[in-house]
Amino acid sequence: MRLLMGYLAGVLFGLGLILSGMADPAKVLNFLDVFGAWDPSLAFVMGGASVTAFIGFRLARRRERPVLMPAFDLPTRGDIDPQLLTGAAIFGVGWGIGGFCPGPAWTALPLAAPGTVVFVPAMLIGIVLGHRLKTVQGAFQR
Amino acid sequence: MLPAVPTEFTPIASLAGGVLIGLSAVMVMALFGRIAGIVGITTGAVTAPDRGWRIAFVAGLLTAPVLWILATGTAPQQSVGTNLLAMGAAGLLVGVGTALGSGCTSGHGVCGLARLSPRSLVAVVTFMGFAALTVFVLRYGGL
Repeated sequence: MRLLMGYLAGVLFGLGLILSGMADPAKVLNFLDVFGAWDPSLAFVMGGASVTAFIGFRLARRRERPVLMPAFDLPTRGDIDPQLLTGAAIFGVGWGIGGFCPGPAWTALPLAAPGTVVFVPAMLIGIVLGHRLKTVQGAFQR
Repeated sequence: MLPAVPTEFTPIASLAGGVLIGLSAVMVMALFGRIAGIVGITTGAVTAPDRGWRIAFVAGLLTAPVLWILATGTAPQQSVGTNLLAMGAAGLLVGVGTALGSGCTSGHGVCGLARLSPRSLVAVVTFMGFAALTVFVLRYGGL
């Protein structure tokens, strides 16, 4: 059941990315090009997604525990630390160069544009490096 | 860097797609009690003890375009940058940044904003700002 539901959630997410235009880097870059060829469509994606999640999360959290797991497991931190800011800034630069964030990159992979085929493995290597960096930084902070 | 390819303003499709993304995030919250952050799910698909549903989720992302083609008869519209060196660098930066910053457009963006998380709001403003700045420099900076 977990596998089936996980799969369906992934399909829904992926279809949402395609329908909304998020899976097209040209559209993402034009959204980010505020002073040029600005295409505000992605604001509608973010708006539609966060408002839906805002309402849905509240309904979901009324339950004592999630349907398929023993307990909710959610981030609790509220502090703003250098790692968060540095990470977000680095991500922003990469997003601005390629027009892909992680979800759309996965969804675009089967369409096999050469740029995507290079982007996804590089992203996976980056995730491993990022986690290493986090551990090293954390060790220095302690 | 991709040259500026004109795109059409699509408020209705984008809003509808956004709602589907939001529903998926709600599914993950209601069923698994987790944040639907793609980088978190990708990492967890390798490292988490209960990695099965996360692997299935990524499989869902990967098969979505196939289902789209079967349903509509057309491939999803996309223009991807052809400078492979730039795309490799972009992928590396996106990976490092989202791992270090503990989230991406979905985790901090969709889910974090929906949870009114101050960390996520700061992350979203930061990555949006740097992304817009990067596009500005690459398109108009004469590089």
